[in-house]
Amino acid sequence: MSGTVAVIAGCAIATYLIKGIGPLALGGRELPLWFTSVVILLAPALFAALVVTQALADGERIALGADTVGVAAGGLVAWRFGSVIGCVVVAAAVTAGLRAL
Amino acid sequence: MTDPARPTRNEQLRAGVRAGMPFAIAGSLLALSFGVVAQGAGMSALAAIAMSVIVFAGSAQFTAIAILTQGGTVGAAVLAAALVNSRFLPMGVALGPSLPGGPLRRAVQGQAIVDASWAIAGRGDGTFDRWLLFGSSSVQYLGWVGGTIVGALAGNVLGDPDKIGLDAIYPAFFLALLIEELDDRRSRFVALLGGLIAFALVPVAPAGVPVLAASLAALVGLHTSARAAAARADTR
Repeated sequence: MSGTVAVIAGCAIATYLIKGIGPLALGGRELPLWFTSVVILLAPALFAALVVTQALADGERIALGADTVGVAAGGLVAWRFGSVIGCVVVAAAVTAGLRAL
Repeated sequence: MTDPARPTRNEQLRAGVRAGMPFAIAGSLLALSFGVVAQGAGMSALAAIAMSVIVFAGSAQFTAIAILTQGGTVGAAVLAAALVNSRFLPMGVALGPSLPGGPLRRAVQGQAIVDASWAIAGRGDGTFDRWLLFGSSSVQYLGWVGGTIVGALAGNVLGDPDKIGLDAIYPAFFLALLIEELDDRRSRFVALLGGLIAFALVPVAPAGVPVLAASLAALVGLHTSARAAAARADTR
């Protein structure tokens, strides 16, 4: 039980530090052009990596499965209809359906 | 700063809540499965809920639980969670210059960073609207905590979260965010590059590192910023 408390506290402190350090170090100032150009591209880089590591891998190995297909189906919904909820619901439903087969 | 045409803080806050709502609903489904999975890892319902209330970082929470389930130590669980969260580091660096106040006040405001809100608050020119961020994060916080409570208390009814495909929700959530970002060739190229970097590192690096390393793909912007500086008039 004390292990659980330590994990929660540790995760909380780590998260606060990670989220806070950038704003702490960089104040309201004029942004150089190179900084802006990089910042704009962070989102596609990070989100693509998150999709890849979770839909195409399982922990530290590459693993394709029902969830990969489900996520692709959800992506189709997000792309065609722009619906986030539709995307995740279809992803879960297709994944569950394939696993039930 | 006192431009009358500019939307007021309340309007932006409300706009943030509206924009964050779909992500809050999707996130609550995810939180639901967190509530179930955490108990499977030997956490009490109260501990699972407390973790969501205090930590509020979905992927990090799932990661810590997974390490504990695999018999990992407290230190390993916290380190893995920190690595998974490390993507908030570049996000915070990006956000910082758009926040007012002293260093400490900015650091507190930075706590509102979550993936979807950070993307929603981005104005597309490298600056961020903090009220959009706060609005979007507040509703997602409620969804996250609410979902965890339901999952932790009623999880037994739900059964195995994998069976009903809840594990597909996280990547689908990020894919929806990604698709929003792919409006020009440059961002599509960077997404491809980031995805490839992460894919290549998955087998050799601990969880979280592939994603952090993928942020290097954004450095492509250095190349294009040089060209943009030359032809600034053309770029918006």
